[in-house]
Amino acid sequence: MTANDHCTIAIEANGRPLDVPAGATVRDVVRLLGADPDERGVAVALDGAVVPRSRWSLTAVLALQRVEVVRATAGG
Amino acid sequence: MPRPAADPGPWVVAGGELRSRLILGSGGFADLETFAAALAASDSDLVTVAMRRIDQAPPGLLDAILAGGARVLPNTAGCYSADDAVTTARLAREALETDWLKLEVIADPVTLLPDPEGTLAAARTLAAEGFRVFAYTSDDPVLGRRLEEAGCAAVMPLGSPIGSGLGILNPHAISLLREAVSVPVILDAGLGTASDAALALELGCDAILAATAISRSGDPVRMATAFRHAVQAGWLAGGAGRVPRRRHANASTPSEGLPDLRPGDGA
Repeated sequence: MTANDHCTIAIEANGRPLDVPAGATVRDVVRLLGADPDERGVAVALDGAVVPRSRWSLTAVLALQRVEVVRATAGG
Repeated sequence: MPRPAADPGPWVVAGGELRSRLILGSGGFADLETFAAALAASDSDLVTVAMRRIDQAPPGLLDAILAGGARVLPNTAGCYSADDAVTTARLAREALETDWLKLEVIADPVTLLPDPEGTLAAARTLAAEGFRVFAYTSDDPVLGRRLEEAGCAAVMPLGSPIGSGLGILNPHAISLLREAVSVPVILDAGLGTASDAALALELGCDAILAATAISRSGDPVRMATAFRHAVQAGWLAGGAGRVPRRRHANASTPSEGLPDLRPGDGA
């Protein structure tokens, strides 16, 4: 591990463990998952509660929180 | 006599006007190009989508739907509880900026039949939050009435289990459900081919939803075209009024005026 261990926190993102910088926002996590935060048709839930897009850059993710980033895809 | 228009014209559901009585499910297509071609051939202007984790859901579908001139109807496919369905609905509304929602609360992965208790509970919650709920349900007229009372904008009875292609197994129940509710009835699930869609419209359904029947057919674009004509044919036939069923034959040709064709006995 690196010297800045103390600066990262462990969260769960789309079902997998992910280390993110302390203070990372929902918008940061969306980007870390490889998505464009401005893409239409994407939504985020933090511990099962929807975070409106307008609050992605204002909402910090805390250690051990579960983030789900979803998009519209083929179905039914 | 004037010839009726082949096109039924627009209809209204959840406060919105739709041109087509065919709702296209986007699942099961081999690729985006086939989907886009089938959407164009179907003339549908409403397409269902599911919400999935971005790392397991390729982008591009939403753009293809909107480019095809259709609006989206997000679903809660894969939800086995009312709570999961409600959260998925909220995600869909946030992602797609629509209050329209196809509510699915499934009972188990083998039958994929709708869970009536979970569906009703979720429908009440979502209607109270302002969603326009299109509720996937069994073909039970009483449950359909309860869903309407819960505030659903449309009820979507199954013809047969999802993806089974068995068609409409209980046409009688569908027509009873049609009479039991005043909101639009959209036949969903189990359709196998275009004639099943025609039957649904003949039974009084306002529209049908087809996914597998088109996307997994041998030629999805051709089948989408067939469904487009089938909903028009079914709507026309339903409005025309079918003849009553009879136990025995009943000649349509008059028996009066039959010529006497016995051979003569002359020399």
